[in-house]
Amino acid sequence: MASPAPANSLRTGPDENGHFGIFGGRYVAETLMPLILDVEAAYTAAKLDPEFQREFEYYQKHYIGRPSPLYFAERLTDHFGGAKLYFKRDELNHTGAHKINNVIGQALLAKRMGKTKIIAETGAGQHGVATATACALFDMECEVFMGAVDVDRQKPNVDRMRLLGAKVHPVTSGSSTLKDAMNEALRYWVSKPDTHFYIIGTVAGPHPYPAMVRDFQSVIGIEAKAQMLEAEGRLPDTLVAAIGGGSNAMGLFHPFLDDTDVALIGVEAGGHGVDTDKHAASLTGGRPGVLHGNRTYLLQDDDGQIAEAHSISAGLDYPGIGPEHSWLHELGRVQYVSVTDDEALEAFALCTRKEGIIPALEPSHALAHVGKILGDLPKDHIVVMNLCGRGDKDVDAVIPKLEAKGLL
Amino acid sequence: MGAGVGRIDAKFASLRQEGRAGLGVFITAGDPDAATSAALLKGLPGAGADMVEFGMPFTDPMADGPAIQEASQRALRGGMTLKGTLALVKEFRQGNQDMPIILMGYYNPIYSYGVDAFLTDALDAGADGLIVVDLPPEEDNELCVPALKRDMAFIRLATPTTDDKRLPKVLTNTSGFVYYVAVAGITGSASASNDMITGAVERLKRHTDLPVCVGFGIKTPEQAADVAKVADGAIVGTAVVNAIKGSLDGDGGATATTVSDTLGFVKTLAAGVRGARA
Ligand SMILES: Cc1ncc(COP(=O)(O)O)c(C=O)c1O
Repeated sequence: MASPAPANSLRTGPDENGHFGIFGGRYVAETLMPLILDVEAAYTAAKLDPEFQREFEYYQKHYIGRPSPLYFAERLTDHFGGAKLYFKRDELNHTGAHKINNVIGQALLAKRMGKTKIIAETGAGQHGVATATACALFDMECEVFMGAVDVDRQKPNVDRMRLLGAKVHPVTSGSSTLKDAMNEALRYWVSKPDTHFYIIGTVAGPHPYPAMVRDFQSVIGIEAKAQMLEAEGRLPDTLVAAIGGGSNAMGLFHPFLDDTDVALIGVEAGGHGVDTDKHAASLTGGRPGVLHGNRTYLLQDDDGQIAEAHSISAGLDYPGIGPEHSWLHELGRVQYVSVTDDEALEAFALCTRKEGIIPALEPSHALAHVGKILGDLPKDHIVVMNLCGRGDKDVDAVIPKLEAKGLL
Repeated sequence: MGAGVGRIDAKFASLRQEGRAGLGVFITAGDPDAATSAALLKGLPGAGADMVEFGMPFTDPMADGPAIQEASQRALRGGMTLKGTLALVKEFRQGNQDMPIILMGYYNPIYSYGVDAFLTDALDAGADGLIVVDLPPEEDNELCVPALKRDMAFIRLATPTTDDKRLPKVLTNTSGFVYYVAVAGITGSASASNDMITGAVERLKRHTDLPVCVGFGIKTPEQAADVAKVADGAIVGTAVVNAIKGSLDGDGGATATTVSDTLGFVKTLAAGVRGARA
């Protein structure tokens, strides 16, 4: 489906040093540099190797269950009374979210590099579960770093990881959430440079991770394009996706970046509101800085100290965002908006009752924004939303909140 | 005696004349508060430190273990900022022209401050060198090149994972000295063996004429002495920070013995280093 990139294509980044404009790069300690250069060399070779591609596609189809359906959400379309809404159903993937798309790719790369010990960070636990799953499948040792706060609020995923044979390290430094889990995973990796491969779960970290994770997730957008052409005979008008680090959004958006008639909207977590100090909207409320190996928009104070993010959704509770998003934000190619915890909760409940799909809290953010725009768009306008995860993991945390709001 | 890289060069020249290695001490600016930090800094030359690695506190110190993470947190809780850090350097420099101060930390606070403004203010305060953990040679244009242009030393970390092929890249644009990180890991982790350190220093010396200092995992006067036998300097961080921590009250505040306990420990390290080649 992919057409060759035009001369002024937005799909050719990053440059050889991992920069998207001023964003991205490799801001890591010297101990890690040789490791990420190894990963880069191995990934560059794998990309060109048909055998690697064949193996990746085999697991996508037979293990993950791809392609995921593109589903016309008819009852929600009727409910909002405007544009047509389609869901890209990545919540139907094995393990219940888009995270496995990337994990299988990186695990195959690790295998190629002869590494059998895997490290991962996780917020919502979906990336941790996906990594634990791939490690069981490929007979690898798995250690997952997870903020202690997230261990509490995403307990079902902690249990799944343990069942799959992974060791979960609760992280109590800093704010005890995703940012700190990533710090700890990087610290651990520095101490095991010879044996371990770090599978990063989103389009962040030092080069080549943002590009590599995007490439592995791009299957979402490539499929959506083909499926939409089949269903409607044309491209969609608008794509909407939630943003934590930004991998499900990059995966959906990237194949459409040069289709300039397609509007792209990323939805950040607005927490209690972006005018409070409790949110995770790094593009809306942050400014460029350097953390976790790349330059990107970050929530930070005047002194350059990183602020604690807040979101009801553990998967979005991160004070940064992938560097390619920062670049697309400054170019204006993608519009970034935010929705609050409460709006996401209402969308969660609505999707459950209208479509019989319990969404994860992360895509509930995307749906909340869809709800704000759909009614005002014409009936022949087509919106595709990435339903990137299912909500089983959130049930325990959500029920008391819905009861308190009288929504249950 | 020059400031910046000149002060570092002068220090190593005088150490060579004395026929001994130097002791570098790491403390975090503002740990546990600005006044105590100023008193520690002021007392370090008298306690036998030859050089200070002055930590610029950061919320997310990716290469540091729990001890130095907590030191950063104590400092930030006490209101320390990069501006405040430079003010401490300036205060110290008014009473001492001889001991090099190396600012050590992470890039984001500097980037946020603005690279040019930071270099101007840091040199004006009397800082001589920078160790910025998350700026490898691949990102030299950010801070390293502008710093070198202004005679601010840029000291690079070489690690056990820096092989012979990569070493020249790490040593290009390095000035002042080379900091050999003795263990692949974070600060406060296990110690490397003497043989490994000796081998690593010899390897580095084949590639550079710069002084080589060794840090990470040096906790005792004996270990400092062992390193001082083979390297141009021994750098102690976590153990000193632990001495500070051990003297604090239940709320992490300084007590009457914080300065004396910490400087007392530094004296034992200095005795180790000074006696090493005797
Ligand atoms: C279902 C789901 N969606 C989204 C995210 C956020 O990550 P990203 O922005 O990389 O897609 C997560 C992260 O845990 C998730 O589990």
